[in-house]
Amino acid sequence: MKRKKLFDAAGIQRSLGRLALEVAERLHGCQDVVLIGIHRRGVPLARRVAKALEKAENIVLPVGALDINLYRDDFSSVGTAPVLRGTQVEFPIEGKTVILVDDVLFTGRTIRAALDALVDIGRPARVQLAVLVDRGHRELPIQADYVGLSLSTRREDHVELRLKEIDGEDSLILESPESGAGKRGKR
Amino acid sequence: MQMHQKDLVGIESLSAQEITLILDTADKMAEVSRRPLKKVPALRGKMVVNLFFENSTRTRSSFEIAEKRLSADTLNFSASTSSLQKGESLVDTVLNLERMQPDCYVMRHGSPGACQLIRPFTKAVLINAGDGAHEHPTQALLDAHTIRQKKGGFRGLEVLIAGDIAHSRVVRSNIFLLTKMGAKVTLCGPATMLPPHLDSLGVRVTSDFDRALEGKDVVMMLRIQLERQRKGLFPSLLEYYKYFGLTEERLKRADKDVIVMHPGPINRGVEMASEVADGPYSVILDQVENGVSVRMAILYLLLGGGDDEASH
Repeated sequence: MKRKKLFDAAGIQRSLGRLALEVAERLHGCQDVVLIGIHRRGVPLARRVAKALEKAENIVLPVGALDINLYRDDFSSVGTAPVLRGTQVEFPIEGKTVILVDDVLFTGRTIRAALDALVDIGRPARVQLAVLVDRGHRELPIQADYVGLSLSTRREDHVELRLKEIDGEDSLILESPESGAGKRGKR
Repeated sequence: MQMHQKDLVGIESLSAQEITLILDTADKMAEVSRRPLKKVPALRGKMVVNLFFENSTRTRSSFEIAEKRLSADTLNFSASTSSLQKGESLVDTVLNLERMQPDCYVMRHGSPGACQLIRPFTKAVLINAGDGAHEHPTQALLDAHTIRQKKGGFRGLEVLIAGDIAHSRVVRSNIFLLTKMGAKVTLCGPATMLPPHLDSLGVRVTSDFDRALEGKDVVMMLRIQLERQRKGLFPSLLEYYKYFGLTEERLKRADKDVIVMHPGPINRGVEMASEVADGPYSVILDQVENGVSVRMAILYLLLGGGDDEASH
């Protein structure tokens, strides 16, 4: 395994700031907009986007958290049930613009599950997707509206975002198997 | 953290970490039940057979609601309407059901160890919904969930379980669970309803209800099966109530923030006064509500296996 640090705390904060500005610009005024982070790392990211918007544009948005583990499509494969973090959306999403926030966009399956989870708690006017990293290799027709950073990766690579709130530090790490090692990535 | 066992047959074999995982998961399940749309697809396509050889309305309905909220398909099989009436054995029943490809059996049976008996004959997950006077693990877990909700934890908590100790499967599961989690358990009942050697389970035992109540944080009253009186275990219901019934007056001996629990159904005026059952210290209806969350958690943890790593 080769581990390469692509971004440190400053780099992550910069791309989040940019992403927040893009949200403000595209949804001018952010009327009826809510942010919902996908557990786990989408949740602190959503809070950070909200903070950046408040600082830069003086816009205060409600932030919720979505647990998609009860909506996954890979339950039949062997393994243990993922730990539930719970859905906490304490505001109505009816008629709102919901911006889903996640850390890394890869196959798109998490987002598919998130869309299912979302429509079960209400009917938003529209749903958009913001991700810190888009690393390609989609398996479903899903794309992000706001992307902090586009990475070109190989399918077997492993992209790991570490966040202060959960991991004690901010960093973005790319792990690639040594070429020729022939070990196919789990993801 | 994960469950290390395939089945839930009893509390005795669970670790404190597994118990905490079940309760944490139940916490999250409560949100699903509070939604306008009370259903998630977690167990879509899984088949759960509710195999009830003894009458049980509340446990069976609670399981059925939990199964439905998780989108499992359910089959209800009850002794009164089944081939058991025609003399089929338990193992034969299971061998037949097995060919319908169930993923899980939820079983209530009058004989202790019924789950272990059918274990070799099925590939499905087994959940014990009460086996004789042995264990009733989901009841103990929903009791624990209620205690944790109201008291924040278990360590050092003074818990009194009172009533018909000898015939209760609830009490056995509760002793295992509460002592594993660090609570101090006292059992109280008429001498005719206290089996010997209980102290080997790490609990205190007494027949003096008034003294046992002193300073207790949790008082759990057990149901008195009315037919026991006919067997001469106590002289009359009135006398039972006089010595072992929980009244408002008696309850004053307990801690000022005491909670009163009962697995249901209550005999008002036998185990406790109506004023206590309906009073401010009673959490009996919270127990019912928590039963659904806890059973959803168990079904999810035992049947909801998937890839541990999220694929983004």
